[in-house]
Amino acid sequence: MCNSDEGEPGTCKDRDLLRFNPHMVIEGMAIAAYAMGIRTGYNYIHGEIFEIYQRFEEALDEARAAGFLGDRILGSDFSFQLHAFHGFGAYICGEETALLESLEGKKGQPRFKPPFPASFGLYGKPTTINNTETFAAVPWIINHGGQAYLECGKPNNGGTKIFSVVGDVNRPGNFEVPMGTPFAKLLELAGGVKGGALKAVIPGGSSAPVLPAGVMMDITMDYDAIAKAGSMLGSGAVIVMNDSRCMVRSLMRLSYFYQHESCGQCTPCREGTGWLWRLVDRIEHGKGRPEDLDVLDSVAENIKGRTICALGDAAAMPVQGMLKHFRDEFVHHVEHKSCKVGRSA
Amino acid sequence: MIEIELDGRKVSVAPGSMVMHAADAAGTYIPHFCYHKKLSIAANCRMCLVEVEKAPKPMPACATPVTQGMVVRTKSAKAIQAQKSVMEFLLINHPLDCPICDQGGECQLQDLAVGYGASASRYEEEKRVVFHKDVGPLISMEEMTRCIHCTRCIRFGQEVAGVMELGMIHRGEHSEITTMLGNTIDSELSGNMIDICPVGALTSKPFRYSARTWELQRRKSISPHDSNGSNLVVQVKSGRVMRVVPLENEDVNECWITDRDRFSYEALNSDQRLTQPMLKQGGQWQVVDWNTALAYVADGLKRVMAEFGTAEIGAVGSPRGTVEELHLLARIVRGLGSANVDVRGRHADAGNLAADGRARWLGTSIASLTQLDRAFVVGSFLRKDHPLFAQRIRQAARHGAQVHSLHAVHDDWLLPLASRMTAAPSGWAAALAEVAAAVAAAKGVAAPLAAQATETAQAIAASLMSGERKAVLLGNAAAQHPQAGELLALAHWIAEQCGASVGYLGEGANSVGAQLVGAVPRDGGLSAAQMLAQPMKALLLLDVDPLFDAADAAAARAALQASGLVVALTAFKDHSVDHADVLLPIAPFTETSGTFVNAEGRAQSFTGVVKPLGEVRPAWKVLRVLGGLLGLDGFDQDSSEAVRAQALGDLDLLAQRLDNTPSQAAAASGTRAGLERVADVPIYASDSLVRHAPSLQLTADARPPLAGLSSALWRQLGLQPGDKVLISQGQAVAVLPAQEDRSLAATAVRIAAGHPATLALGPMFGPLNVEKA
Repeated sequence: MCNSDEGEPGTCKDRDLLRFNPHMVIEGMAIAAYAMGIRTGYNYIHGEIFEIYQRFEEALDEARAAGFLGDRILGSDFSFQLHAFHGFGAYICGEETALLESLEGKKGQPRFKPPFPASFGLYGKPTTINNTETFAAVPWIINHGGQAYLECGKPNNGGTKIFSVVGDVNRPGNFEVPMGTPFAKLLELAGGVKGGALKAVIPGGSSAPVLPAGVMMDITMDYDAIAKAGSMLGSGAVIVMNDSRCMVRSLMRLSYFYQHESCGQCTPCREGTGWLWRLVDRIEHGKGRPEDLDVLDSVAENIKGRTICALGDAAAMPVQGMLKHFRDEFVHHVEHKSCKVGRSA
Repeated sequence: MIEIELDGRKVSVAPGSMVMHAADAAGTYIPHFCYHKKLSIAANCRMCLVEVEKAPKPMPACATPVTQGMVVRTKSAKAIQAQKSVMEFLLINHPLDCPICDQGGECQLQDLAVGYGASASRYEEEKRVVFHKDVGPLISMEEMTRCIHCTRCIRFGQEVAGVMELGMIHRGEHSEITTMLGNTIDSELSGNMIDICPVGALTSKPFRYSARTWELQRRKSISPHDSNGSNLVVQVKSGRVMRVVPLENEDVNECWITDRDRFSYEALNSDQRLTQPMLKQGGQWQVVDWNTALAYVADGLKRVMAEFGTAEIGAVGSPRGTVEELHLLARIVRGLGSANVDVRGRHADAGNLAADGRARWLGTSIASLTQLDRAFVVGSFLRKDHPLFAQRIRQAARHGAQVHSLHAVHDDWLLPLASRMTAAPSGWAAALAEVAAAVAAAKGVAAPLAAQATETAQAIAASLMSGERKAVLLGNAAAQHPQAGELLALAHWIAEQCGASVGYLGEGANSVGAQLVGAVPRDGGLSAAQMLAQPMKALLLLDVDPLFDAADAAAARAALQASGLVVALTAFKDHSVDHADVLLPIAPFTETSGTFVNAEGRAQSFTGVVKPLGEVRPAWKVLRVLGGLLGLDGFDQDSSEAVRAQALGDLDLLAQRLDNTPSQAAAASGTRAGLERVADVPIYASDSLVRHAPSLQLTADARPPLAGLSSALWRQLGLQPGDKVLISQGQAVAVLPAQEDRSLAATAVRIAAGHPATLALGPMFGPLNVEKA
């Protein structure tokens, strides 16, 4: 199973992989299937990029016609049927078990774990699920060897990573760089900050806690360094914000996303995401109260770790990240009923 | 067994158990909403989060499998903090309805909020609201804003009722539970959703706003409807029955009851209740006192005996009469020197009786139905006649049981059927003979009858010869069938050869008990069907309305008009008034003590839960006095327990008296060509109580029955949907709207019995004519 649901706000690398080189993904999946003795695979592509899904179907047809997929591939004993499937517009379907449910034709709501997909997956069969970029990396690794791949990066953080650099940069786009590349270098590749000085960066998709400019400029883009700085590499979507951006307004938009996308199955997320959004919304629109900030933090803390899937955590962490590094902006909104940064709501 | 440490104590449970099961075993309560022991695990309420050592986050106890040596703390600070936070989240959108919510006082959310909620809320935003839904006369969904999305109701529909009538639409905080866009909830088990809803979202519509739970006294009883013998808790306020809910009995009804059991209580308070003895004098009904009424009856009986002898004196009871009533009824009849006593008003085959003092029964325990590997159901409207047996077989089928059905029509039982054998009723014996022949061929023994087995018959035979726990189950239609004895003989042979049990699902709460106390004809006595089809000089009717409860409604009407003294012991005055001479008000099950013996031979006694209304008396007391007035012996019992002891004897010996040995040899007579009738008794027309229960009469199942025609007949008559047909059985005719039923045998026409719409018609089995009307 390839998870091309790519719903994490800011992320657009899988889309481009599928658009510009679908055969690399197909080859990667076929190799993975061969390695694990699997005969059926699916690529779940999220419904918002319907054209990409259509292109991938065409690529599948090409691969089948060339004998790279189907029964007895290239005359061997190995058979592998690969199918494409598109979603219908839900972030939650990027959660691997919700993806399985959606693929099975049911509501895209995550299953509780255990059992894990490896033992009980699609239609109850053992299933492995990986991201598009992961499968796309496989052919290169087969050709050049695992060691060569690892040496592209840092110890424990091997290989390359495609970062979707978006937001206030002059050349937003996808950049494949070795793991451990300094953020400053990545920013340079993306044409540098646009429209002001660098203020904050969300390094791994909206679910990752925000990091202030000062911290960000000093770190390298890899799992360990970003984790040490208090955030996560996540999907690799790097959202760059300049000093004209109000952090309260940004958090409001992020919180609204999670409220909208919550599947509604479990109590803390279903109720909590709405609560978080409404609190931040009030603060943004000048109706905040002093106690709101403590409640905001407490609600976020109460959601974390208590939900069926990580969407709850994903909703909570931006809140706590913002409050940790930009509390003064929130306090200003509450006390002065206006924005410190000056952009109107 | 796996051993874990739970709150410092060692607990052992079977592998595959969840922490919740270990807590149950240890007697520890873990707060929960979505978990239910009879439903699949959802783990979505998150209320049962507990601390598991070495786990980074709190784990839901209902969905965490136990592992050897696991250490669980259900009340540590981490666990309590998680539980409290979940409670806070549940309350932020929950309306502050307690003062006006029916669930108040029996609400899981209230109870757990006391333990895990804060004393004030810190939520100061808008609360979301959900629009109410109208899903029928039984379940109230007026305040769906209260729903906490535990999904128990959805899972109940999918897993227990067999049909998913409720589902969750939309996403996130807009999630709401509803039926498929405007539909009603129609399952015969739907009322159980009221019990399992932990908040006041799904409540009882008939009970709405009528009492607070703490005002109600709770008294145990037994269902007087189907042969399951469901245990009930009848709730009473100021001497009036307000509500009926299940009493848990894992071996009988688990934790469920049918909607019939749950909502029939409304009939108890109906203004159609007969509360005074009445005599018809000069064509006019007069209210009289008991002495006058009983003296009149006794005199009347004596005069009939003097003038005509006892051959045309008879008594017809109901398979829902108590052991005590039926015992005394039979005692009166035999004391007078007649042998004409019976409860089987619908049975066309009078001869299919067990030996004296013995009773036909289910053939196995009720609990074993859930464990079956193979089931062969013959001539049964399983789902509507026996909703809880159907539920048990549904669970068996979900675990891989192969279920086969032989019938003239195949209603949707909401369970996967391995095979369907379709034959018009006169062909059922021949169909069973085919299965028997296939079994015989496979086993290399002589078949009971020569027959050529079709593919379906062979498949059923092969299935029954495999597996471990098997049952051949004969339904109500098979029991009422004119060749019922032949069907039993063949079914018995098949079961014996295959190592399966054989038995009857049972027509009423006390079908087995009636036989055990001898309320069935011996020594050439007339059967109930015979007594109701011919004019009798004197007829005692015990909770029987001949037009509704006879095998042949037209014959019953004609017979009554020509009958002599008709004494109706009944709880309702409306139907019986036309043809009786004396109306004696007797108690329904809530106003009398009594005993029912259920299909598996379990005798369950109950006491009255409210005082009898007006001049109503328990029927056993009325019959005791009557027996005394007639000068008969053995009517001096001073308690219903004494009557029961006399009637049933040693209860420990009952099991030995259950006997499905056929009373005749295998035969397959009676197969006929031409159209013939197959009749179901609609679920809410089955007895006098449900017929008078207003909410049940508003359900989809209570709609007037249509005439069901096979596809072949439908085409032959050139019918369109909405057309009517003229049905005639001899002189008895009726016009009914028709519908095509593709599952019907080609020559079978389905016309329900026991319903006002079809009362003009004749026997439940037999030839009929159909024309376009």
